[in-house]
Amino acid sequence: MQDEPTPIELIKAVADFLRNEITPAIKGHNAFKLRVGINALDLVTRQLALEQSNDAAESARLKQLLGADGPLLELNRALSEKIAKGEVDLQTPGLSEHLWQTTMDKLAVDQPNYGSYKRELGNK
Amino acid sequence: MIEDQLGRCVASWYPGATGVTGAAKLSGGASQETWTFDIVHPAGNVGAILRRAPPGHSASPGRAAGLDAEAVLMQLAHDAGLPSPRVMHVLKPEDELGRGFIMQRIEGETIARKILRDEQFAKARPILARQLGKVVAGIHDLPAAKLPKLREMSATKELADLEREYRSFGRPRPVFELALRWLRERDPGPSKEVTLVHGDFRHGNLIIGPDGVRAVLDWELAHFGDPMEDLGWICVNSWRFGEIDKPVGGFGSREELFAGYEEAGRKADPDRVMFWEVMGTLRWGIMCCGMMQRFRSGPDHSMERAMIGRRSSETEIDLLRLLAPRGK
Repeated sequence: MQDEPTPIELIKAVADFLRNEITPAIKGHNAFKLRVGINALDLVTRQLALEQSNDAAESARLKQLLGADGPLLELNRALSEKIAKGEVDLQTPGLSEHLWQTTMDKLAVDQPNYGSYKRELGNK
Repeated sequence: MIEDQLGRCVASWYPGATGVTGAAKLSGGASQETWTFDIVHPAGNVGAILRRAPPGHSASPGRAAGLDAEAVLMQLAHDAGLPSPRVMHVLKPEDELGRGFIMQRIEGETIARKILRDEQFAKARPILARQLGKVVAGIHDLPAAKLPKLREMSATKELADLEREYRSFGRPRPVFELALRWLRERDPGPSKEVTLVHGDFRHGNLIIGPDGVRAVLDWELAHFGDPMEDLGWICVNSWRFGEIDKPVGGFGSREELFAGYEEAGRKADPDRVMFWEVMGTLRWGIMCCGMMQRFRSGPDHSMERAMIGRRSSETEIDLLRLLAPRGK
């Protein structure tokens, strides 16, 4: 068992330092790059916090939809093939809900400020 | 030094020019660069832009129309009275600047967030969609006989290209599969009318001033195809920058865009435009995945490129909003 602080705590501390202490001192193209870098650290923090439960829920939905078990990547491969072949479509019970939930969970990590995501959060 | 080379080049075709000053690179990958500079002249300096593939690089990589074709298209657009910079000079081997061209610099803004938020564009925003409808109609009406050689695309071909690229990543994405299937089932077939298509008509490639659109740039993806493609592409949600209820670039409605298009004597086909909006949304999503690939395989190992990979999920939610909208 690794000692504390946790990865989330470490990354947050670094991101906060860059945001609060370094950002005011940087100008020009490097200021843009710094902002992208801080965004990346924030994204990793969100992923570390949410990934496990998101993946578990996605996996459970996929097992139900496909009637099969396996690693998450393989389940997604199987679903993709079924969609490509037309074996499942938006009329298939649970498919639309699954795609929506999976996508909302991805956006919560990738881009929680994206306009469409914010709209759909209030639109459940 | 590029200023010396540019100075010699400019002196050979601009009477009275004594040199250039203030040369600065605006953007550039390995194969293509854009430079801004001023031509020094006793009557006053003249702003100019160099767009070039440096010596030793191909002038038309991949799908690109090529810099020679871009120069012809810009000049044709300018001659037709469309907002387009005048092409001042097409580079010759003796210029020793590579391939490309020099054009007039047009002042204005290309950054979407500023165009959508800054006070100085408040009067432009409500008129832009209609203006752009007229402009894009003018592009589609450019005289076919004068156009350069360009690739010809159709919905079927574009879909096959996108699918091939997506499959090459080897990573399953059920929402993209759904979109591919949706597009295949609704492929409208060959367009009744094939015209010049700009191919990248959106924020970033439009110079906007307080008075409205001033120039259309970046003809790199120009091709022959279904004119509705350009109308669909500018409606893709990725170019609305948060203003999601204004489908045209975050500043206007489809109806305004179509009205401008029809004012210029052309007819918009809303169903076909919607088809191309879905195609465009998927296309941007696959392009985001492609940037991730380029980050991973090395040619551009930058965090900006890596982070663009995490924007592909934005196109997934937009595809779901288009194809499987939830009850409101």
